[in-house]
Amino acid sequence: MSVQIPTGAERLIQCLEREGVEYIFGLSGGAAMPLFDALVDSNIKLIMVRHEQGASHMADGYARATGKPGVVLVTSGPGATNTVTGLLTALMDSVPMIVLCGQTISPMLGKDAFQEADVTGITYPVVKHSYLVKRAEEIPLVAREAFHIASSGRPGPVLIDLPKDVTQGPCDAPFVDDVELPGYTVPNRADPEDISAAAELLKASKRPLLYVGHGAVISGAGKAIVSLAERLRAPMVNTLLGKGATDETHPLHLGMLGMHGTAYANKAVVDCDLIMSIGARWDDRITGKLDEFCVDAVKIHVDVDPAEFNKMVPLDLAILGDARLVVEDLLPQIEPADSEAWLAQCEDWRQRYPLKYPKQGGLRAQHVLDRLNDLTRGKAVITTDVGQHQMWAAQFCLSTSNRNWISSGGAGTMGFGFPAAIGAQFGQPEKEVWAVCGDGGFQMTQAELATAQNHKLPVKCLIINNNYLGMVRQWQELFYDNRYSGVDLEGNPDFVKLAQAFGVQAWRIKRPADVDRVLALAHEYDEGPCVVVAEVVKEDNVFPMIPAGAAVKDMLIEKPKAPMQKPTGST
Amino acid sequence: MSAAAIISPPAAETIDDKLGSHTISLFVHDRPGVLVRVALVFARRGYNIESLVVSPAAAGGFSRMTITCSGDPATLDQIIRQLAKLVDVVRAIDHTGDAAYETEIALVKLEVHDEDRTQVLQIAEHFNAKVVDYATDSVMLRVYGGSEKLDALIGLLRPYGMSELVRSGKILMARGGRET
Ligand SMILES: Cc1ncc(C[n+]2csc(CCOP(=O)(O)OP(=O)(O)O)c2C)c(N)n1
Ligand SMILES: [Mg+2]
Repeated sequence: MSVQIPTGAERLIQCLEREGVEYIFGLSGGAAMPLFDALVDSNIKLIMVRHEQGASHMADGYARATGKPGVVLVTSGPGATNTVTGLLTALMDSVPMIVLCGQTISPMLGKDAFQEADVTGITYPVVKHSYLVKRAEEIPLVAREAFHIASSGRPGPVLIDLPKDVTQGPCDAPFVDDVELPGYTVPNRADPEDISAAAELLKASKRPLLYVGHGAVISGAGKAIVSLAERLRAPMVNTLLGKGATDETHPLHLGMLGMHGTAYANKAVVDCDLIMSIGARWDDRITGKLDEFCVDAVKIHVDVDPAEFNKMVPLDLAILGDARLVVEDLLPQIEPADSEAWLAQCEDWRQRYPLKYPKQGGLRAQHVLDRLNDLTRGKAVITTDVGQHQMWAAQFCLSTSNRNWISSGGAGTMGFGFPAAIGAQFGQPEKEVWAVCGDGGFQMTQAELATAQNHKLPVKCLIINNNYLGMVRQWQELFYDNRYSGVDLEGNPDFVKLAQAFGVQAWRIKRPADVDRVLALAHEYDEGPCVVVAEVVKEDNVFPMIPAGAAVKDMLIEKPKAPMQKPTGST
Repeated sequence: MSAAAIISPPAAETIDDKLGSHTISLFVHDRPGVLVRVALVFARRGYNIESLVVSPAAAGGFSRMTITCSGDPATLDQIIRQLAKLVDVVRAIDHTGDAAYETEIALVKLEVHDEDRTQVLQIAEHFNAKVVDYATDSVMLRVYGGSEKLDALIGLLRPYGMSELVRSGKILMARGGRET
């Protein structure tokens, strides 16, 4: 009996099975055909998409919802370049992802072969690591290394470029379990001296603040952080991506901080005497003007990536380690701080400066999202696109559990929300999943309605339709003297009819009185995807706001009467 | 491994600092793409690489890179950390201001006229430079030494019709028990 030697493609798919891969999101083409062929005989489910960018965000949403790496499979050249935005999005937000790209046969590399692109070259700046596989026997090792690198330490995307002769040729190289990467170490427990030093600083503080980021979500540090807040008697704030690590409805929680954070969170940032980042990287959306950021406060930073230390702000103490382990090790040394006056002050701010929006004058996005929050009560997974709707969703949809909030933060990628929700729904079939999208961003990846419909996936998409690139329009209104340029989305389709054209159920919300009824319809609908289009007032602004580059203390609670200077900050 | 083990603290006050020039050594896993990844860390931050020497290390499968670069010192710490973060970089050490042993080779070609030959050969001798090629209308010199010594020699030779110059770029090794 002759034993059939597997092809490189078959071996790779076997490796993915060993890694526990359930889904591959992809779109085929010549150079990827051996890989797609090998999938026919695999238990891994192929989710065929309409555009490779969609596949990359689906894998991203799957990864954020489950903690497991999402896998993408595309063909060479344009197929691969279409994933670049997805790679950037995943890299900026530390999301584990594997992108498998078909490539021309290796003898043709560098000869401008049909659909050849130097994909490893193009993607160097947007991957955590990458491989160009030159020999089939490297496949098991490369696959194991790629999964290890993508999902450990600070996670990120890993790209594997696979010439067609490599995937087509024989490969009987044995599977690999252990990898040896002398240049790659994964921090784990922190130095006990750093833990004690942190305990001392926290004890001495009278106005401590815990600043929780995506690292806390990734390491599952939430429970430990809440214990820390309760034991120390310290308020918590979270970043856009830190949402969900800790329960935003907890009495010690002040919600999101930063550019569009709550006023009380930002006031706490201005007045704290100690700020401890737990897996948050002092992004410019958080710090505003650096020279004025928490100048007199003690700064502690817990991170698994030492390159983040002292990058943006000078630290008093850097603790290298996994966020959960660090906080767990810290807990036994924590005593209550002398912080009751501080907590009372924060509570007073919460009462005095609540998030609010006008109840009159037409349908408001905030109202719709407030009601969505009431309906889902933190139980649903909410993904967002990028823009005003994202910020309002962050403000009004309070996250109560880990991995229930998925948004493109670092890259701010429009077109992310809907495919990310599809990926999240595949990863969490039992959960209700809502994508909150703007009319602009939704159109960037709307073709994935077909993907959702093919799988009768019960994902729900709420389109906040203001007929504008709203966030940019807001900046033009506030800082560019109302000179609108390239923000009017005139020519938008009728989104209800658009969804229907894909066979997708859809409803429209026109008036405030429709909101609860229509959201409930969507909530109950489980026969497949559905779309809710909220036709909201066109010109509304997100507040509070710290203009880019301004100091946190100069936060605007509402639109100032006088015209404003153009922001000096990054974007 | 703690961060401190991979990242050496920037040295306080050094000659290199004043010139805005820095010397970094990398010990890297010898895999395809590692040079590009290293170069991109510099390019993205607008840092200029002045010289780069790559060579096999004592251990098989590993390479050495010695990089001299110039740019804003505040960015250098970030660069070292980002280099250390690369999967294929085992160690990234900033040797700026270290008392490391440094050396470099230069080859210099001079289109030297008869009347200048003696002068040129005297200068060469003073710098321990060896004549490695002697033709009717040109001389090639080879010289080793610290980069400043080479700079000085080249400065002196320039007026004598220097037609070509090739420098190897600086290599260095930490002294005593310290790691490079
Ligand atoms: C791919 C991409 N292009 C451009 C931008 C810049 N941008 C940020 S928000 C925004 C407007 C988004 O409009 P829409 O999706 O309708 O959401 P809204 O702000 O109106 O809620 C734009 C253009 C971006 N973030 N991503
Ligand atoms: Mg819009």
